[in-house]
Amino acid sequence: MSDWIKKDLLGLEYLNKEEIELVLSTAASFKEVSTRSIKKVPALRGSTVVNLFYEPSTRTRVSFEVAAKRLSADVINIAAQESSVRKGETLIDTGRNIQALKADIIVIRHNCSGAANILARNVAISVINAGDGWHEHPTQALLDMFTLKEKLGDIQGLSVSIVGDIAHSRVARSNIWGLTKLGAKVTVCAPKMLIPPGIEKMGARVTSDIDAAIKDADALNILRMQFERDEQNAFPKQLEYFKTFGITKERLKKAKKDIVIMHPGPINRGVEMASDVADGEHAVILEQVTNGIAVRMAVLYLVSQARGLHENTD
Amino acid sequence: MKILIKNGLVVDPANNRNEILDILIEDKRITRLAQNISSSADEVIDAAHRIVIPGIVDMHVHLREPGREDKETVASATRSALKGGVTSVLAMPNTQPAMDSLEAVGLLKGIIKKTAQANVFICGAITKERAGKELARISSLKKAGIVAISDDGSSVESTSLMLAAFKQAKKNKLPVICHSEDKNLSGQGVMNLGAFSTRLGLRGISAESEYRRVERDIHLAEKTRSRVHIAHVSCKESVELIAKAKKKGVKVTAETAPHYFTFTEEELTDYDTNKKMNPPLRGKDDVKALRQALKSGTIDVIASDHAPHTENEKDVEFERAEFGTIGLETLLAASVTELIHAGILDWPALVRKLTLNPAKILGIDKGTLSSGKEADITIIDPNKEWVMSKEDIASLSKNSAFLGFPFKGYVEYTICSGEIIYFSRQK
Repeated sequence: MSDWIKKDLLGLEYLNKEEIELVLSTAASFKEVSTRSIKKVPALRGSTVVNLFYEPSTRTRVSFEVAAKRLSADVINIAAQESSVRKGETLIDTGRNIQALKADIIVIRHNCSGAANILARNVAISVINAGDGWHEHPTQALLDMFTLKEKLGDIQGLSVSIVGDIAHSRVARSNIWGLTKLGAKVTVCAPKMLIPPGIEKMGARVTSDIDAAIKDADALNILRMQFERDEQNAFPKQLEYFKTFGITKERLKKAKKDIVIMHPGPINRGVEMASDVADGEHAVILEQVTNGIAVRMAVLYLVSQARGLHENTD
Repeated sequence: MKILIKNGLVVDPANNRNEILDILIEDKRITRLAQNISSSADEVIDAAHRIVIPGIVDMHVHLREPGREDKETVASATRSALKGGVTSVLAMPNTQPAMDSLEAVGLLKGIIKKTAQANVFICGAITKERAGKELARISSLKKAGIVAISDDGSSVESTSLMLAAFKQAKKNKLPVICHSEDKNLSGQGVMNLGAFSTRLGLRGISAESEYRRVERDIHLAEKTRSRVHIAHVSCKESVELIAKAKKKGVKVTAETAPHYFTFTEEELTDYDTNKKMNPPLRGKDDVKALRQALKSGTIDVIASDHAPHTENEKDVEFERAEFGTIGLETLLAASVTELIHAGILDWPALVRKLTLNPAKILGIDKGTLSSGKEADITIIDPNKEWVMSKEDIASLSKNSAFLGFPFKGYVEYTICSGEIIYFSRQK
């Protein structure tokens, strides 16, 4: 097994297959911790994890917080949009201040693509990207892959279709990088206006035909329609979207028998998928939430190990 | 004061010179060019194995003064220019105040007189406050001494206003320098639109937003029979439009900047804000087309588009960073590295694009080594390899896209108005 040597986790574009597999296998060993009556291991005892969130987020922030606490780390949450940033402090200054507090890991969520990259090269402590603009959301893709592996075994050779607002989705980009590196075939399916130019160069097939996207898929990853991003009022309306792209029991009749349906949440019921699909036998949405903790524990643990490595050799 | 430059390869396209000669400078003027001049001199420069060219004329420079002296001043920009072998610059009008009135031009001329270390020429604004609403008083700006007009930084949205501007420019015998960007198309974009903007999750600026505007402005120049100069050409479609217009006899000239023929959008994979510029770095095919256009002569001029910004404005999220790179100190070195050593241009062709062509477009008496002219001369070590670090930069701002870039070609001496103002050779 290969070792983890990276200080940061910025995106799946920057990881190779072995590193992705290492996260997934480490997560598998951490998953059991959450089933104990005392849900805690001492792996990060004495470490400080700062959740630096420039965008409102509940689920990702809580997931990271739970993961860090189950590793016995101290956790500090900063809702940056309502703190020093409003007084004009720059991202880099904020990062350096957190470093000066002798924190060990910054988990950053930011509305600007590349914010985690910029922070990471300006601080010596670890940076984990919890979603940057439209760029990457690596831990989401890792937990999606972890869930797929649990349900379907090997990811190599699987067909996965990602459906929804691909253009504005960091989840889609991270999933494309991760899945293709592990040997899956990835299809993206969306109305044409929500397919960004050149997405096929990242290794994804492109279609606007939902039935084609479902037909040969082993798994669907259904993205939330982000109507709040519709600056030019150009998206299809909710009902129209549901009619053309929504996942319904009817549409799933032509799917593989054991198809797995994922969603990063929060779901718009009756927009991306019908309620009975969201609550149905194929959906693994709540398992994704549970797995998210194991995956984030693995990532926190691995970057902290790598940092120890860097310090010892200094 | 007598200066004698010995044994350099003198490249002076205006006089068809490309040979080893000595140059004698007396009382600030070039008095003789010949082989083996045996004259006493106060200063003798041994230029063996060096290239001796007219001082470079950079026709696209943002001085930032008046208004943003925290980014750059006339003094610091001209120091930076001399370090890069540039002896004449054209100051773009997007200062605060903009160069849209006699008073503003007078203010800048005063600063130049007091603090400039190189020749500074002024480009006037096309519209008042560069707001695109109302023409500036171009005739009176001309009387104040401007040599071109431009709203650089923006394009004039209104076609009818731009038509009026071309008519005014023709009447006043001024070239119109066009920043070609249709804001309706480029919108909130921050890098080239395509597979890379998709990969990085950044809003794109299409090539179309540039070339549609190039097309419009060429059309207006043709219609009014006036001169148009297309600034900072970045994409292959613009090159094609310019080539076609030239063939038709339209009075169009064009410029590009070193970053556009050196880098592609792929440089942005780690969100380097020093490589964020407008127009943006484009794709491989565009770089190829620009190099070909430099070779064929479709692109007449290489200019730096020197755009200083403070570290505070660049050390931020990519989307929030200012557009632009400084370039005065790397204009020559990048051109030698990427065009001479890569076999795209020979010395006479490169020197023409850095000196004679911009001087001709602006109608200024610069860019030659003719006998009797005021001596603006740059001496280059064509093979010296070097890397620029932040500490080396003479500009007040350090936002260079070329930090860490391996150059081959180095400015050793800059003589401006007959004086050795900059030299880097260790004696």
